[in-house]
Amino acid sequence: MTAVIAETATRGLVEIHNVHKSYGGVEVLSGIDLTVQPGEVVALLGPSGSGKSTLLRTINHLESVDRGSVTVDGELIGYELRGEKLHELHEREILRRRTQIGIVFQNFNLFPHLTALENVTEAPLALKRLGRDDARELALGLLDRVGLADRADAYPRQLSGGQQQRVAIARALALKPKVLLFDEPTSALDPELVGEVLDVIRDLAQLGTTLIIVTHEIGFAREVADRVVFLDDGVVVEQGPPAEVLVAPKNPRTQEFLAKVLG
Amino acid sequence: MTDTAAPPAGAAVDLEIDRAASNRTKVDLGAVAVVHTRHWWRWTIAAIIVFVLAQFAWSLVTNDRYMWGTFAEYFFSGPVLIGIGYTLSITAVSAVVGFLLGTVIALGRLSKSALLSSAAWAYIWFFRSVPLVVQIIVWYNLGYLYPTLGLGTPFTTDFWIVEFPTVQLISAFAAAILGLGLHQAAYSAEIIRGGLISVDQGQSEAASALGIPASRRLFRIILPQAMRSIIPNATNEVIGLVKGASVVFVIAIPELFYAVQVIYNRNSRVIPLLLVAVVWYTIITTILSIAQFYIERHFARGSVRTLPPTPLQQARRWLRVQWARLGEDAPGADAVTPTTGKAQA
Repeated sequence: MTAVIAETATRGLVEIHNVHKSYGGVEVLSGIDLTVQPGEVVALLGPSGSGKSTLLRTINHLESVDRGSVTVDGELIGYELRGEKLHELHEREILRRRTQIGIVFQNFNLFPHLTALENVTEAPLALKRLGRDDARELALGLLDRVGLADRADAYPRQLSGGQQQRVAIARALALKPKVLLFDEPTSALDPELVGEVLDVIRDLAQLGTTLIIVTHEIGFAREVADRVVFLDDGVVVEQGPPAEVLVAPKNPRTQEFLAKVLG
Repeated sequence: MTDTAAPPAGAAVDLEIDRAASNRTKVDLGAVAVVHTRHWWRWTIAAIIVFVLAQFAWSLVTNDRYMWGTFAEYFFSGPVLIGIGYTLSITAVSAVVGFLLGTVIALGRLSKSALLSSAAWAYIWFFRSVPLVVQIIVWYNLGYLYPTLGLGTPFTTDFWIVEFPTVQLISAFAAAILGLGLHQAAYSAEIIRGGLISVDQGQSEAASALGIPASRRLFRIILPQAMRSIIPNATNEVIGLVKGASVVFVIAIPELFYAVQVIYNRNSRVIPLLLVAVVWYTIITTILSIAQFYIERHFARGSVRTLPPTPLQQARRWLRVQWARLGEDAPGADAVTPTTGKAQA
């Protein structure tokens, strides 16, 4: 099964197949099917507790799944199919596969004891992908791309929320991932700082990396996303181009949510 | 009644406001000098403390029962210096053993394996339960329980590979290190575990999302952040060890406290010899406290926007402010800022 997928995949194809996940008896994901094409920008929308963040985190195996599978370019992230069974992989191998997928967290999770530059160079150095000088050069380039070249030596606490999130994006880009996940990247920011982070994500959308964005910024989703996926109660309720789903939603639950959010 | 009284009161207030307003027009608030609040209670209490300290210092000098001559005679004497050597080496080695083993046990307790975490828990439970003195005596007398130690057939005393007499293997020094080190490991483990779990879960998650391997995640990401809460407690433990090392007198190791005891048992000058020990312990603690300050400062990188000043910087700043205040009180020298105050002085 995986072999067939691998032939067609080029770069950053995400396939989520029948994913189930429960916490203490409560089912958060109840059979999600979703395919994201390489280079596609997908916005995941839905009310709180609908399972958006959990779904996002299953993609890089920060959450394991109870049933179903998640593959990136045909490769399972946390497991290996041997015969008829999925074998959970050793951590070393999970870490290797995970480097194809970058994630940006709601509350940044920058390493506070390292400077902006060190935050970005940490992963390439830890994985011995680059030497110290090359890593530095790469990091300075990435910080420049998010508009923070002049703050390379600042510690995260010396930066504003928007700047911290931009460093976090640069950090996620340092491993040149095929897929980038954003878990409510602007929810922890003051309103006037949201724009600078969205600008950076908008730029990334142009570059052909697969982006999956959990967001509450409906306007941003409409502008940037190729497709909007609406989740409720752990299932995909509706999906399609933003012009259709956001302007003329068919499902009553989508209609209700949008009515609330857009006020 | 109130009605009749009201108009004049209102008029008086109006007058006050008028006066204040006319006064304000004359004074440029941007340029006037600021008079600091005087804290009279602080001054009173400080004066009392200074008085008590001075009284005590005076008694130290004039009361000859302190026998400072004897104190000076023994302060640098051979047995005392050798005692300090023992105290420091026992402390250093058992602190290293304690914290290394403690780290392993802390990681064990945090392990997802139930077996490892219960083994680590049991270790901590056991070594926190057994009194240190008992442990040291048992290690020193282990030969009584197990006359020989060695490798051989399991579950027998048939040591056909190697065999040692226990007494030869565990010297008094080794017994002290074992006792203090194993005891310390149990306490250090909890301190280290406390530090590790105080670091936000998101840090480990972010590092693992970046594919950073587990060991680097621990040593480069989590531990440096945990150190901020580990260091104060760990320094407490090390200082405790310096003095706690005196319990090894039960197995006749001539560390500092044992050394002064031997001397005062001979010459009956208890107080000056205890003072010798106290002053040396104070010196050691002082050095450790200074080290603590700089180590904490090192690990505070990034956790505060600007690092707190060092005592030296603080002292300089204090002096500068006091100079400025002197300038302020001097006639004709109003509205001096701290910086110009220094220049004037």
